[in-house]
Amino acid sequence: MTKLKRIITCILLMALTAVPVTVASANSSFYTYNYDFYDVQMESPDAYTPEALLLGSSLGIGDFKDPGAVFVRGNTIYIVDSGNNRIVEVDSNFNLIRVIDKVTIDGAESTFLNPKDIFVNEANELFICDSDNYRVLHVDYDLKLIKMYTKPEDDTFSAEQNFIPLKCAVDNTGRLYLLAANVNKGFLEFDKSGNFSQYIGANKVKVSLFEVIQKRLMTKAQRARMELFVPTEYSNLCIDIDNFIYSTTTTFDAGDLFNGLAAPIRRLNSLGEDILIRNGYEPPIGELWWDTGGDVSGPSRFEDITAMDNDTYYALDRIRGRVFSYDFQGNLLYVFGGLGNKFGYFQYPVSIDHMGTDLLILDNRAASLTRMTLTEYGSLINSGLKEYKEGRYEESADYWRQLIQMNGNYDLAYIGIGRALLRQERFGEAMEYFKAKKDFDNYSKAFAEYRKEWVEANVGYLVAGILALLLLPKLIRFIKKVVKGEVFK
Amino acid sequence: MSIKSAFEKDKLIHLVKTLRYSLYVIFHPFDGFWDLTHEKRGSKGAATILLALVLLTQVWTWTYSSFLFYWPQWEYFNLLMEIIPTVVLFSMWCISNWSLTTLMDGKGKLGQIYMATAYAMTPYILIRMPLVLISHLLTVEESSYYYIFSNFATIWCVLLVLCAMMMVHDYSLGKAVFSSILTIVGMMIIIFLIVMFFSLITQSFGYFISLYKEVAFRLY
Repeated sequence: MTKLKRIITCILLMALTAVPVTVASANSSFYTYNYDFYDVQMESPDAYTPEALLLGSSLGIGDFKDPGAVFVRGNTIYIVDSGNNRIVEVDSNFNLIRVIDKVTIDGAESTFLNPKDIFVNEANELFICDSDNYRVLHVDYDLKLIKMYTKPEDDTFSAEQNFIPLKCAVDNTGRLYLLAANVNKGFLEFDKSGNFSQYIGANKVKVSLFEVIQKRLMTKAQRARMELFVPTEYSNLCIDIDNFIYSTTTTFDAGDLFNGLAAPIRRLNSLGEDILIRNGYEPPIGELWWDTGGDVSGPSRFEDITAMDNDTYYALDRIRGRVFSYDFQGNLLYVFGGLGNKFGYFQYPVSIDHMGTDLLILDNRAASLTRMTLTEYGSLINSGLKEYKEGRYEESADYWRQLIQMNGNYDLAYIGIGRALLRQERFGEAMEYFKAKKDFDNYSKAFAEYRKEWVEANVGYLVAGILALLLLPKLIRFIKKVVKGEVFK
Repeated sequence: MSIKSAFEKDKLIHLVKTLRYSLYVIFHPFDGFWDLTHEKRGSKGAATILLALVLLTQVWTWTYSSFLFYWPQWEYFNLLMEIIPTVVLFSMWCISNWSLTTLMDGKGKLGQIYMATAYAMTPYILIRMPLVLISHLLTVEESSYYYIFSNFATIWCVLLVLCAMMMVHDYSLGKAVFSSILTIVGMMIIIFLIVMFFSLITQSFGYFISLYKEVAFRLY
């Protein structure tokens, strides 16, 4: 009987430990959030808030129709209004400057047909992707043609293949990088005089065993047809302040995201190598919780990206209408936005650019441009990052401490404070901060120093302890002998 | 001292003796496992204590190790659910092994298999327990020491289990390895049967519940 009782008590006690812990259920209703070490969404204060909305009708020129891109140079915003075959130029207060719908080529006027993108260089010269006219126009600010980029005379372009420029960017040496439809070898690079020079940033071709067998079994006609279904590799590009290309891709297998085979965001150098730093908890892939509902499912698909002057970059996810912000080390700073009709939400965002610290996001379906401004919280992050990046850890720690007051779940702040403490040789406290946010490497650095200090401070006790351990058995044996009276025999 | 208490004391001494014998077994596996079962140098009580110590080692490893080596998400951590796999796998090993070896001229009884397997877990306890403390003295760069020792413990345990199979069932090495592999296959079959059984039970329950609901709905 007692045995039975014991067993029952035992089972009950074990059951106590098994009480399920209630956890705040996963939800994506936060406007702004971040992901922690365990890839759990953590709500955060707003880093960006919507400030103004621009509609074509509010400029008195009729609504935008299927707008494709937004570009900012200085204080001027260019909106590519593809459906209306025009480009709308507005100033920073959303006042109309002019509507560009034609350029002058050798004295004759020429209109656009479904323009997709625009780039404006420092000298205020415009590069317009006039997609359905199969050309990229390089014009000066008065819209007089400087030169025209057309289909490159290259073996890789077959005679029947149309040259459809989709996105363009120009670096400060005058090289034009172009994303063209039905080209899967990367970006087309044109030199300063307008000649095609090379492809850049091509994807490494991975062929699985299955595909090899499949190709073997196919007829020649089938194989030829299959080559037509090669998706365009990149979705967009932008040039950052150091002349590197940030690019986004939407065509990849969701399963490859976490093993590093797929890189939706890349930073390409002039050789086309990916030099993006990925030191965050997860590589910059956007959403980590792929909640499903309505049309929404699967991973993020980045439609556009913009790189700020402080080396943070903002990628625009069209699946969930969110903006993902990463710092120069690849840490996720914050995520904001969402799908919806409210101010600050988007229906089908296609393009993002920045003016100073403001963000401009173009919604294709709502045909509107939203301006988002940095909040106090967001500017604290920027200030902290700036000091941190320049190695002034103590100054950055001041900002991080203020930030923790606003958001106690901000991991970068804890690690930043830890770095400052590490610099000040307060290793014990630094360890606490690193431990709290699971920064293994920095923790190890702090701990190695802490351990060294501790051993140096307590070397006397350590030696004494080891000696005591060695001598104690002998001493006990000796005392035993004394007690038994063996010593004096 | 009454006879009863003297008897109890004898039992306790026997338990401690058999428990201490595990230290002999891990260094002299062939003698050790032979005597464990044939000379009654081991006891099931000691085996149970060893098994409990294995569980305790696991729990302490999860809870007290440095966060460089284990970083459980405490909000979702359920101790029981972490322990159950070990207990289930251990008991399934014993049952599956016993079921197979009775068909393969194994000499061992279920109790002996249980005892020998539990004794073979001793290095796990002896090495992993101190590693919990040592983990707090290591940095990420030195973590390979930790993993060397923990892998060493695992390999030692596997070899001991093989020795135990040889001695308990009076097998050759090849047959011990073969029967162990078959045992693992048997464990998988058991898991498959359990899962199938449960899903069938659930479905039949669901059938009767919906039947009841239907009847209740029609009658009222």
